[in-house]
Amino acid sequence: MRFTTAGSVDDGKSTLIGRLLHDSKSIFEDQWESLERSADLAGGTEVNLANLTDGLRSEREQGITIDVAYRYFATPRRKFIIADTPGHVQYTRNMVTGASTANMALVLIDARNGVVEQSKRHAYISSLLGIPHMTVCINKMDLVDYNEERFREIREAFYAFIPRLDIRDISFIPISALKGDNVVTESANMPWYHGPTLLSHLEDVYIASDWNLKDFRMPVQYVIRPHTDEHHDYRGFAGQITGGTLKVGDQIGVLPSGDRSTVKSIRTHNGPSEEAFCPQSISLELEHNIDVSRGDTLTSFDNLPYTTQDHDAHLCWMHEKPLQLGKKYLIKHGSRITKVVFRELVNKIDVHTLEEVHEPIGMGLNDIGRVRFKSMGALVYDAYKKNRYVGGFVIIDEASNDTLAAGMLRSPDKPQPVPDFTDYVI
Amino acid sequence: MNQYKLTHLELLETEAIHVMREVAAEFERPTLMFSGGKDSIVMLRLAEKAFRPARIPFPLLNVDTGHNFPELNEFRDRRAKELGAKLIIRTVEDALAKGIATQVPGEISRNRLQIPTLLAAIEEFQFDAAIGGARRDEEKARAKERFFSFRDEFGQWEPKKQRPELWNIYNGRLLPGQNMRVFPLSNWTETDVWEYIAQENLELPHIYFAHEREVVRRKGQWLPVNDLQPPKEGEEVKTLRVRVRTIGDIMTTGCIESDATEITDILAEVASARVTERGGRADDKVSESSMEDRKREGYF
Ligand SMILES: Nc1nc2c(ncn2[C@@H]2O[C@H](COP(=O)(O)OP(=O)(O)O)[C@@H](O)[C@H]2O)c(=O)[nH]1
Ligand SMILES: [Mg+2]
Repeated sequence: MRFTTAGSVDDGKSTLIGRLLHDSKSIFEDQWESLERSADLAGGTEVNLANLTDGLRSEREQGITIDVAYRYFATPRRKFIIADTPGHVQYTRNMVTGASTANMALVLIDARNGVVEQSKRHAYISSLLGIPHMTVCINKMDLVDYNEERFREIREAFYAFIPRLDIRDISFIPISALKGDNVVTESANMPWYHGPTLLSHLEDVYIASDWNLKDFRMPVQYVIRPHTDEHHDYRGFAGQITGGTLKVGDQIGVLPSGDRSTVKSIRTHNGPSEEAFCPQSISLELEHNIDVSRGDTLTSFDNLPYTTQDHDAHLCWMHEKPLQLGKKYLIKHGSRITKVVFRELVNKIDVHTLEEVHEPIGMGLNDIGRVRFKSMGALVYDAYKKNRYVGGFVIIDEASNDTLAAGMLRSPDKPQPVPDFTDYVI
Repeated sequence: MNQYKLTHLELLETEAIHVMREVAAEFERPTLMFSGGKDSIVMLRLAEKAFRPARIPFPLLNVDTGHNFPELNEFRDRRAKELGAKLIIRTVEDALAKGIATQVPGEISRNRLQIPTLLAAIEEFQFDAAIGGARRDEEKARAKERFFSFRDEFGQWEPKKQRPELWNIYNGRLLPGQNMRVFPLSNWTETDVWEYIAQENLELPHIYFAHEREVVRRKGQWLPVNDLQPPKEGEEVKTLRVRVRTIGDIMTTGCIESDATEITDILAEVASARVTERGGRADDKVSESSMEDRKREGYF
């Protein structure tokens, strides 16, 4: 189970992670000693739990989180991978990195300040990135006398803007990350709260259905060619299944070429297999000797993906250099790299109101907006909403190779022609 | 639908295999760092799985500090031979002789000296990607690493300028002279590694298991006695039943007292451990930022 933190600076994200690790007995003695040493040096008496994840010197100096830190802990019931992300607007791109693979977003809110812009913004990004579960932790309850009214007020305020989000599952928990209330142990200070502690909620949430198991998709990543006598003609198409399931004997299509063939054999992590499913990394052989290479997508026939050069997507811009319409960029989508040109900025999300601003003038660092663009070769995809791993892409600068933006594809507005598949006859 | 479910370990495995294949597909001259240590043994198995029935399409690379445990070197050479893999070894000794690396007076560990040696090897063979077994749970600067860790012409890591990494999409593009360090085990913990070793029944150098060894007590650790590290005056040499939890420079790798002879014993030991795996490594203890500083210079 992977989760990520979200929320404004100083809402207590890093402290909460430290608390979770501490109370679930996942902090080791040498880590604790080093925390105590730094507390001594700083002249403080109490250790700073946030220093457990703020691993860079400049982070500890400034007392802020700059880049995502990954932490790991396990309870007898589940293993967790945590991405502790920065709250500053200028580091939003790092927050996006942490959010892209998360099953759950923990949105922190300082009970004194209530729902502020940055909490909304992060909640919005979490929903845009399709994180299936969200838990809103109303933190620092100790500073508002563990007041139930305050909790209710904030929850109401959050509910008011939920219609702007696209979230399957949301819960609210009043906590104190610093004191430990309702993090791992139930709080004696808030008898009015009857829900689970954060940890037991994390342990219980049902995540098995977070993968798309309906429509088979596999971008071909690499072609395995052993060149040995024993496997002379072997061509194994390797890749990670990004959607659906597959059996030996299944008919599959190759896009964008439009060839079709039958699955002859499958090899998973555990050797030859009759079937495979998302998100396994597998390799497979086809019955026919057709042209398939890196960048192609293998697909099932019902619910075909879109195969087109004209696209509509949400974009999170992550670089100081702003987006330029008409300029050529590289796109990496699945295993394919090709060129794109942005033609139109449809709208931009106003950070403050989360309203769409139409016909914006530009898009720069940390802006989120909707764009239309054209790719040199066809991209094969489903809407991001339907499958994160088939609808996501990154934009790369041709000259510097920097990653400039992350994008989430939407269904094209025009009806798409169904590709013609040709049976390959040997 | 429940049958279509991967365990935590299988999810880590599928992610690592994806990363290995991405390296093979996107880079022209990748190499896999293989020391014979437990993490690199796990990596080797993942590489085998990623490319079966073909051979692993990269040469193996090891920087021999001259302070490697001999047991590790024997194991390293034997495994490479069994796999029919090409093994490239570059030594700190040689780098010192050529002036590529220079020793600072009083420097005991050769950990730092590995850096120029490695960078020189990367340059010599024009490697554009080096796959390493570092894990984010080892150390807090490592907790900040990406899977694809971009290094400039000088091999430096710039933590504030890391490329955003989303979903399973990795940007491996480089300009000439730059290179990528790639960490397929980023999300694995020490426990995951041991569980995987047990699951795959992987052979390990015997020093990971309990054995009798001469050790001395120094700075709160049991350090192995050997030719390079004779006991100092007043130090009592003891023969204890020990094992190593993580293997680095022989001068600074602490042994822990242990009776663990089977992997199941080790799993139990790891589960109840009160210090981190690298808690026994003096190289990390120098300061809060020693790992970050070494990484900035080109360390893994
Ligand atoms: N009183 C109180 N202070 C808290 C609580 N959680 C965090 N803090 C303090 O808030 C400050 C910011 O915490 P930090 O975890 O660095 O916030 P981040 O920027 O969201 O990671 C620190 O001084 C914490 O000690 C809480 O529950 N109660
Ligand atoms: Mg923080």
